[in-house]
Amino acid sequence: MGIYSCIGANLDEVKQSLYDGRSGVGIDPVRTKMGFISPLTGIIRRPDLKTLLDRRKRNYLSEQGEYAYMATLEAFRNAKIDDVFLEANDVGILYGNDSSSVPVITAADIVRNKKNTVLVGSGSIFQSMNSTVTMNLSVIFKLKGISFTIAGACASGSHAIGIAYLLVKNGLQDCILCGGAQEVNPFGVGSFDGLSAFSTRVDAAQKASRPFDKNRDGLVPSGGAASLVVESYESAVKRDAPILAEIVSYGFSSNGDHISIPNVEGSRKSLQMAIDLSGLKLSDIQYINAHATSTLLGDSNEAQAILDVFDNGCPLVASTKSMTGHEMWMAGASEIIYSVLMMNNDFIAPNINFEEPDDVSALLNIPIKRVDMEFDAFLSNSFGFGGTNSTLIVRKFKN
Amino acid sequence: MGNVNTEEVIEKIRIILAEEFEIDINTIQPDANLMQTLELDSLDLVDMVVLVEQNFGFTVTGKDFANIKTFRDFYGFIIERMNAAE
Repeated sequence: MGIYSCIGANLDEVKQSLYDGRSGVGIDPVRTKMGFISPLTGIIRRPDLKTLLDRRKRNYLSEQGEYAYMATLEAFRNAKIDDVFLEANDVGILYGNDSSSVPVITAADIVRNKKNTVLVGSGSIFQSMNSTVTMNLSVIFKLKGISFTIAGACASGSHAIGIAYLLVKNGLQDCILCGGAQEVNPFGVGSFDGLSAFSTRVDAAQKASRPFDKNRDGLVPSGGAASLVVESYESAVKRDAPILAEIVSYGFSSNGDHISIPNVEGSRKSLQMAIDLSGLKLSDIQYINAHATSTLLGDSNEAQAILDVFDNGCPLVASTKSMTGHEMWMAGASEIIYSVLMMNNDFIAPNINFEEPDDVSALLNIPIKRVDMEFDAFLSNSFGFGGTNSTLIVRKFKN
Repeated sequence: MGNVNTEEVIEKIRIILAEEFEIDINTIQPDANLMQTLELDSLDLVDMVVLVEQNFGFTVTGKDFANIKTFRDFYGFIIERMNAAE
């Protein structure tokens, strides 16, 4: 695993932030000047890749591609994947990404102003396509297995892991780099801001993302990238790689309903499918990493879906988005990493800013402080625009 | 002859190329091959067009590069275009 997020630029930093319940949210003054309804965002630093990649490779890499590159360096290092392994094996890449706004807008501005497409430069096309992350990383790391991008809105990262899991499980690939990436800039979320979907709690930025809290007023956009190596047991063992966790099942569904308003039935189906396929008892699942983004209806409907499925007792439910904000295309992948870090270090991070429950969230078991406990399995939800739903169940690896 | 300060322009070109293509400026010598020294591929030529426009204010085309083999050719081309613009 490897991560580059607003709560840390590597696994150690992120683990500490989760442990401490530290928020990565802040204010971007540029958005205020641009007329945004909300200037709130996850605060992330662009990595300096000058010593890591040559000019051409940097030129073709989008902002979120830079984050994905950093996360992948860490993931490969931790998984003991080196150039020799990559040369000898058909390692694939499936990454979630659903926008690349800055290069698109920059190119349009140049063509409009200069009336000359050549002046857009050579890097723009490779930065602006939705597959920018997979096309660049597959070239940089010389990957030779399956390679494409999964665009499933805010469930993209989760679907990427789910599809990778299915390909490995069915013997079609031995090892796949997967994850999710999300650009962090005003242009990437301008139209989203226009829907008044973002919190406007600017007087207390780190209290703005408050999933399940009665006084939540919208999500906080965020981003970065999360990389995971999904592979067969045999593939990991032959490399003597540390096995961090086992993916047990992947559930999915589509609401077939409203484009932006989630419903209960679709989420419930995704949850139920994952549970049915996992072979686990409900009581085996001791933690749910909720999709909950801090929107009024979304959190409430997810809470209801969880209650419907876990009718005989609900495990601890928390949304790490209370600390990270909503990492959108990245979230489904990063939240698996956050949860595995917690599972392997015996704690569950608090759902910070949960101060007053509403009628539905009052029925959930939501930790407001860190819970120090061992647990063996968790479930992670990711839902997106258009009503796409993804649920992954992961358990501790036991030899 | 135009009014362009040839030595200044050549030095400016050398600095720009060394920075953009991340090579040792000392490898940029008048009779050295431009494409080989800068390790340019077809995509890099697009960036060369952008570089000229941004630094000298005129637009070149891929065809303009057809007769440019050495850095000396390149300097001459840029200086000629700058003089023509004056």
